[in-house]
Amino acid sequence: MTDHILSIVTFLPLVGAAAIIILRFLARADDAPVIERNAKWIALWTTLATLAVSIALVLNFNRADHTYQFVENYVWFAGAGYHMGVDGISILFVLLTAFLMPICIIASWNPIKQRVIEYLICFLVLETLVIGVFTSLDLFLFYIFFEGGLVPMFLIIGIWGGKNRVYAAYKFFLYTLLGSVLMLGAMLYMASTAGTTSIPALTAYKWDPTTQILLFIAFTASFAVKLPMWPVHTWLPDAHVEAPTAGSVILAGILLKLGGYGFIRFDLPMFPHASQVLTPVIFALSTIAIVYTSLVAFRQTDMKKLIAYSSVAHMGFVTMGIFAGNAQGMEGAIFQMLSHGVISGALFLCVGVVYDRMHTREIAFYGGLVNRMPWYAATFMVFTMANVGLPGTSGFIGEILSMVGAYHVSTWTVLFAASGVIFSAAYALTLYRRVAFGEITNPQLSAITDLDWREIVVFAPLIVGTLVLGVYPSLVFDVTHASADAVVQAYQSAIGAH
Amino acid sequence: MDAATLSVCTPELVLSLGALAVLLLGALFGPKATGALSLVSGAVLIGAAFAAALGPLGAPFHGAFVMDATARYSKLAIYIAAAVGVVLGYGWLRRSGQPKFEYPVLILLATLGMSMMVSAADLISLYISIELQSLALYVLAAFQRDDAKSSEAGLKYFVLGALSSGLLLYGASLIYGFAGSMRFSDIAAATHGGAHVGEIFGLIFLICGIAFKVSAAPFHMWTPDVYEGAPTPVVAFVAAAPKLAAMVLFARTLDQAFPGALPQWRGVVIILAVISFVVGGFGGLVQKDFKRLLAYSSIANIGYALLAIAAGTSMGIQAMLVFMVLYMIDVTGFFACLEALKRDGKPIVLISDLAGLKRERPGIALALTALSLSVLGMPPFSGFWGKYFVFMSALHVDGLWPYAIAGLLASVVAAFYYLRVIKLMWFDPAPAKVDRAPAEARWIGYACALFAFPVVVVALMWLTPAAEAASRSLGLH
Repeated sequence: MTDHILSIVTFLPLVGAAAIIILRFLARADDAPVIERNAKWIALWTTLATLAVSIALVLNFNRADHTYQFVENYVWFAGAGYHMGVDGISILFVLLTAFLMPICIIASWNPIKQRVIEYLICFLVLETLVIGVFTSLDLFLFYIFFEGGLVPMFLIIGIWGGKNRVYAAYKFFLYTLLGSVLMLGAMLYMASTAGTTSIPALTAYKWDPTTQILLFIAFTASFAVKLPMWPVHTWLPDAHVEAPTAGSVILAGILLKLGGYGFIRFDLPMFPHASQVLTPVIFALSTIAIVYTSLVAFRQTDMKKLIAYSSVAHMGFVTMGIFAGNAQGMEGAIFQMLSHGVISGALFLCVGVVYDRMHTREIAFYGGLVNRMPWYAATFMVFTMANVGLPGTSGFIGEILSMVGAYHVSTWTVLFAASGVIFSAAYALTLYRRVAFGEITNPQLSAITDLDWREIVVFAPLIVGTLVLGVYPSLVFDVTHASADAVVQAYQSAIGAH
Repeated sequence: MDAATLSVCTPELVLSLGALAVLLLGALFGPKATGALSLVSGAVLIGAAFAAALGPLGAPFHGAFVMDATARYSKLAIYIAAAVGVVLGYGWLRRSGQPKFEYPVLILLATLGMSMMVSAADLISLYISIELQSLALYVLAAFQRDDAKSSEAGLKYFVLGALSSGLLLYGASLIYGFAGSMRFSDIAAATHGGAHVGEIFGLIFLICGIAFKVSAAPFHMWTPDVYEGAPTPVVAFVAAAPKLAAMVLFARTLDQAFPGALPQWRGVVIILAVISFVVGGFGGLVQKDFKRLLAYSSIANIGYALLAIAAGTSMGIQAMLVFMVLYMIDVTGFFACLEALKRDGKPIVLISDLAGLKRERPGIALALTALSLSVLGMPPFSGFWGKYFVFMSALHVDGLWPYAIAGLLASVVAAFYYLRVIKLMWFDPAPAKVDRAPAEARWIGYACALFAFPVVVVALMWLTPAAEAASRSLGLH
């Protein structure tokens, strides 16, 4: 089984989607509620099975080895291969994806009432595509998964989204596509020049400095939009606000990480010279992202928009950490991405809880929720604190390590970036105060109910994940260390630093 | 002329004899036999396909007619597309209540023309084959003769087509005058080591003439009008097979008659390519009519195929052959789906008529979605692989990368209108009931969509080697 475990974990969700389609065709048309309930269970069990396989994957993973493991390599046709493999960096993103997906399915159990079957299929297809991004080791296989993910997300935003969903869906799709075609151009150039599409082989290939800069820019165009970095982040708030809750969770929790993963997998190891030359630019953009979007977040009146902007700020730490080019920065960035995947996903779910009840995300509408919803207030508190980066939560480790890493390279960058920590405390705590504390002034809130069992099931693993990673981060570092170190070592020796 | 010579052109013989037989039988039995005659035409096409696949290669008639791997590859694709055209056309004729038996005859004759186009290696056979194809297609475009739009389409197609034939002939006469021969191999010898300015002049006219036929911008004006006016099954045929035939003819003319003038014609072809995908991308944004939209989409796609020809390498020809076949399947699927859709007995005309299709006809909506994503170039659909080969071949040639990047960016512009189709079908409510879809159009649509994904994943494994073998026969490096 371990020979093909990556194919299994990647395509298992697709099997679930196929099962739902078959169910849909076999069942009588007038049984809609029954079909939908069964489809939900199929989707849930599929995602749980995927989670189980990915846990098995992590348990079987040799942590001391920094090379790719569980490799599968077949020739497809001249110029593209089916080449899969994971290392210590990608394996945890597979786990994160598999971890968040069942949560998304449960979170959508009651709120999604229309076209349930299509919704579940979109999520399962998306899961396959996202896991595929992390497991593929062939340039074009990577591109297929990377780009293919746009379609289900486009549909999720466009069909099940809010009022302005069409605009947001278009903006999401076209923005990302524009970045991606530049990357495609660069990939085609690399494949035609180097004569291989294998990512490990391309990592070993030496590009001349000018070419490196051009290729770096093309790849960065794609990843910067995906991550997103300032100033190409403007699609994100729209997409988040309009997407259904689970869509936002996937978007913030996983899709943004594709950008950071791309930086680690492509930009830094393949174009070390360009990375070194352009690090000041990346640092400047990261700092602007951290400071500027934090300030923008402070001014938001919509809860989801506020969290969306805070995501952009947190991703600023990721780019800063990656391009610090040292072990602390790299591991901090990876940790920050994993932790942000859990925390931001949870925060969007927190917004979803009150949105499902009141159908508004206006901060001003709420206030005093702690009186009626003590469990909810406590849950929201945990994730707010994690978002701020309180020690003891996972948010702290990633930020501090990224900053330590970057401090070795540029003191000024960290000086400004550290202010982002203060800002994040300001906007996150203000949000929490205005939503949870005080007396209930809005009469519509007087009948609001606390978390039900389904929501508790959704939040429990996220709380555990946040706190466990916060006090015992070695769980992550044990797995990532060898691979992250190898990437950093290769980068350091390529740029001639000691 | 001996048996060996004739055996090389068995497919053409099968087609011409078949067309004459069908015409004769039609004249004998009248319109009521159209069904049977369509069946016979389909059999003729399949017979021709077998003859092409299994028959010998060669260059009879002093090299005026070439049956090489490229011709064989293209012929197979053209015959299959023509068979699909016969099926779609018969369904339409039966439903419209006037089953004219001339339809399959015209398809056979047009196919014969295309079949000769991909084999033409002489200016005379080039011209005759183009005319044979075009004249049949003009009549097909005006086939619904009681409909003003269809007649207009036929007339426009004819007038502009005649103009392009004039340009082509003028160019051919210049080339003959300066090179002293009609045969591609002789012209190649004459232009070896640099062409005379008169030959270049002739070549430019020739290129303009063929550019009309492939509807490359700025010679694309007829395309939207013809697509809009002609009956949908006719467009399904016109938009697919003739494009491949003309592209192969284009490639053969440039690569086999003018290899020495590569630096000169490359510039011209690049200009055509860039204008095409820019016009196709931006022009499609403002369209309201679905068939006009597809016309602009085809202009853009021809631009990509031209970029592969501009590479002037064997790899470029391979890319073009793969791209065109994948594109043909997409475009046939589009028009088949369109033919399958009617609201209250009226065909769907505007893009906005597709609104809410997801609810009414989930199968067709899904097929159209897959096809749209495919022409958009979204991996893993077939259109992505077509573009992949094209851009890869362009990037292999020094100095072509800015145009490849321009093409990639133009595809983002075009993405907007394909997304609009998807958006209308999935996000918007339905205005009115959709009629029951005719089976044959629907199933052809489904088959093409299934090819776009997932069949393409397997198909590429034999399509790319076949195209590679074909491309080598043009003698490029």
